[in-house]
Amino acid sequence: MRRLVSSTTKTTSTTTKTDAIPATDATPAILAKGLLAAHGRTPVLRDLSLRVESGATVALLGANGSGKTTLLALLAGLRSHHGGELSVLGHALPAERWALRGKVGVVSHQPLLYRDLTIRENLDYHARLHGLSADRTEAVIQEAELQDRADQPVGALSRGLTARASVARALLADPPLLLLDEPLANLDPVAAELVGALIAPRPGRTRVIASHDPAQALQESDGVIVLGPSATTRYVGPSDGMTAADVEALYR
Amino acid sequence: MSAQTTISGPRAVLAVLRKDLRLELRSFELLPAMGLLALGTMIVLRFALDQETVEGDLAAGSLLVPLLFASLLGISRLFAGEERDAGIQQYLLSPAPAGALLAAKVLGLTAVLVALEIVLVPAFGLLLLGPELLPVLPELVLVLLLLDLTLATLGGIVAGIAIGARSRELIVPILVVPLAIPALIAAQQALAPVLEPGAEALAWRWPAVLAIYAVVLALVGSVVGEYLVED
Repeated sequence: MRRLVSSTTKTTSTTTKTDAIPATDATPAILAKGLLAAHGRTPVLRDLSLRVESGATVALLGANGSGKTTLLALLAGLRSHHGGELSVLGHALPAERWALRGKVGVVSHQPLLYRDLTIRENLDYHARLHGLSADRTEAVIQEAELQDRADQPVGALSRGLTARASVARALLADPPLLLLDEPLANLDPVAAELVGALIAPRPGRTRVIASHDPAQALQESDGVIVLGPSATTRYVGPSDGMTAADVEALYR
Repeated sequence: MSAQTTISGPRAVLAVLRKDLRLELRSFELLPAMGLLALGTMIVLRFALDQETVEGDLAAGSLLVPLLFASLLGISRLFAGEERDAGIQQYLLSPAPAGALLAAKVLGLTAVLVALEIVLVPAFGLLLLGPELLPVLPELVLVLLLLDLTLATLGGIVAGIAIGARSRELIVPILVVPLAIPALIAAQQALAPVLEPGAEALAWRWPAVLAIYAVVLALVGSVVGEYLVED
């Protein structure tokens, strides 16, 4: 039996989980101890501790302003924490931030694409930065079924197509860690199914999915992080036995 | 398929330059704006000085002032595309060296300044310069190229400092103008004798000062570049 997602403190209740994706590496994908982050003098995350094994899927839940986006930015190495310890894919942050680069795929509210460039030009740019070939760009365009729109500027695309292009960008280098901030928002059911398949669990792929849909998030996750108001952490542990109502109660 | 852990700095620089060139060609905003500002300033100087032609110190100043103004515009827009489309975050998610982004911006701005001068220098020759332009062109090109590299390196560092700052429009001129003074003085001193009638040979001391200042700034940029982009 292996616990895929757990708190690293003894104060939060955790249970074990048996039917999850097997861990592929002894080093946890994410390890945080007493993590503290703040915007100016306002704490956003306080004393967050967790351990996520490689290959696990974690749902990141919480009300607006609870710190989900901040936590994703910390995990991506895009911002620094103010206290505690954080290690992602075995790299201690922020000291080894350079080593984490290229290993994390991020889908956020911002598409992280240049709106004056076409989808193909954007992906070509990212492929070059990752040292990937043009073939990989074309493969990702095909996988995301964007070939008919690949030569349109991103700024001219609908929000749904932009979101698909953003997912294609995040998957370009096939990163071992995916940080997904509401990846299915703005997508029609057909596109949601397509994107859902692209970002689906795979051996060795760890996923952290921020969501405002607890029922959906619980369905596809091995573990849950619930952030509460005032920088509190309400729950870190397996998702087994939890219901959407349980999660919503923790929001308050 | 797995991500490569690093790519070389030069390859990253080329990737960013290629992307920035595509963006500039598509929008065609920066170069025309800088050109208009520089030419406008030159025309104002032409009438403000109330002289048909200028030479020596006045000629050098009449060329350098429009260049400085255009550079300030270019520097303040250096990371505009990155800020609009979260380009820094995009870049930092790749394994490319962080400092290469700043290096690419410096080289890009140098290229923009050179392109601007291709228009500005002939206009200067036609509008203001008394002595003939062609005989002194090699010396002029050399000094301007050194000045471009210096201003672009300084601009890259300052624009890096100002990334994300709400008062970026204030920070850029406040920092660039004082720090550009040594470069402008050296360029002025180098160009003034060259732009006299019956031009003297270029005094190498001043281009050497410009080159040394550019190297010092480049060293500073190489040390702080990574931190500016990351933080």
